[in-house]
Amino acid sequence: MNNSLKTLTNGILKENPTFGLVLGMCPTLATTTSAVNGMSMGLATMFVLICSNVVISLLKNVIPDKVRIPAFIVVIATFVTMVQLLMQAYVPAVYATLGLFIPLIVVNCIVLGRAEAFAAKNSVGLSALDGIGMGLGFTLSLTIIGAIRELLGTGCIFSMNIFPEQYGALIFVLAPGAFICLGYLMAGIQKLMKKD
Amino acid sequence: MKKLIVSPAPHTHSGDSVRRNMLLVIAALMPAYAVSIFAFGWGAIITTLISIVACVGFEWLIAKFILKQQPTIGDCSAVLTGLLLAFNLPSNLPWWIIVIGALVAIGVGKMTFGGLGQNPFNPALVGRVFLLISFPVQMTTWPLAQGFAGSYVDAQTGATPLSLMKQIVKGNSALIDQLPALKDSFLGLMGGSLGEICALALIVGGIFLIATKVITWHIPVSILATVALFAWIATPEGMCGHEYMGYTLFTGGMMLGAFFMATDYVTSPMTGWGKVIFGIGIGLIVMVIRTWGAYPEGMSFAILIMNACVPLLNKIRPHRFGEVIKK
Repeated sequence: MNNSLKTLTNGILKENPTFGLVLGMCPTLATTTSAVNGMSMGLATMFVLICSNVVISLLKNVIPDKVRIPAFIVVIATFVTMVQLLMQAYVPAVYATLGLFIPLIVVNCIVLGRAEAFAAKNSVGLSALDGIGMGLGFTLSLTIIGAIRELLGTGCIFSMNIFPEQYGALIFVLAPGAFICLGYLMAGIQKLMKKD
Repeated sequence: MKKLIVSPAPHTHSGDSVRRNMLLVIAALMPAYAVSIFAFGWGAIITTLISIVACVGFEWLIAKFILKQQPTIGDCSAVLTGLLLAFNLPSNLPWWIIVIGALVAIGVGKMTFGGLGQNPFNPALVGRVFLLISFPVQMTTWPLAQGFAGSYVDAQTGATPLSLMKQIVKGNSALIDQLPALKDSFLGLMGGSLGEICALALIVGGIFLIATKVITWHIPVSILATVALFAWIATPEGMCGHEYMGYTLFTGGMMLGAFFMATDYVTSPMTGWGKVIFGIGIGLIVMVIRTWGAYPEGMSFAILIMNACVPLLNKIRPHRFGEVIKK
């Protein structure tokens, strides 16, 4: 029980995909223009992570070692296609803003990284928990970055107005703002983690 | 009894210090500042004061409470950063934008990397580019040079020679008549950033710095020569080569950048050849942005881009003493 709890919280705190492992930087920087966009991207990735972790963990004894990466990619791509079609059907607005980054989840380092480093070696239950933990960690980080960029850039959080939009610094909605936010958040979190 | 003290070199101190150099640069900026007060009146004074106070204040606060170091505001480098930042802003900018610029210049551009001497990019330019991208409307609304007659709050604004030149380069040669006379653009009574307008005063300041050995000639000369050559080759239709060359050199942040921003000790190469390559790079990037880019001016971007190349240019080392000559 203790072990499974550790697996679950591992992805949120100690090995947070964004701030700890520094994986999946491309969607982290590109899709976090607002809190909603960051959260949707995180949730889509989380769904793929959980499903692919479970399936790969189930198939780990069947997949030959030499072709494991292509096999993992096929499994991941299946779930990404499902997410893509689901989002296109039910949340077309979010799908339109995230655009290319949904199909790009296939090559997201976190998904493949967890498949290779965790799901291929552990039981189904633990793999599912790892997927949930990592997915939550990723969603949380992207939502935080998105919220900060949205607040500083446009004066809103989740489209709720905090201060007048004219005081927002446009740079935070653009690419340089993503790097600045990510850098300072990472530095701050590393500092807090070191204290413990 | 006299003691014989043996110590490694150096044995004498020239009296040179960070503080002395910073004060000399500030002194060299004063002629240009006098012209900008004459041109923009209260706007020039208010903007500069806010910028300097904010820069020094943020440096003190960050050093004291975040880095927990002894604040080093006594070396006047924050004063210089504040002054240079103000020189790069329109003179009627709202006060809160200036304060944000100072926070980014000192906080992001300098203290994040560990303070003076550690920053890879020119802090004042980091602040300026941050503001340019964040508040494009306010940062490109240029008050006309009206002296104290113009109001600080809602000054009359107009196109700068640079934005006219951009359109001339794009092929609109009808606008050539609207450019100020070449002599006026050299003397500087035109719209533009607070401190960049008077080429003459900036050149005087620059020569003062070279004469007092605060900077060397390599960077300004290589920047200006590259720009002049490029302008002479790529003169747009309807202008003669030397005319376009003059406007290119005397308008925008060219002189301010070449003499005062690019020559920052921390963010420029150490050797002569490194400095020359650094200058040529800046000159080329400025002209590429001015000719083909979206912005009318590219000096700050050019300097920041070449700042990033400085660690590479510092691989060029001076010759070692005492090597055996191979025959």
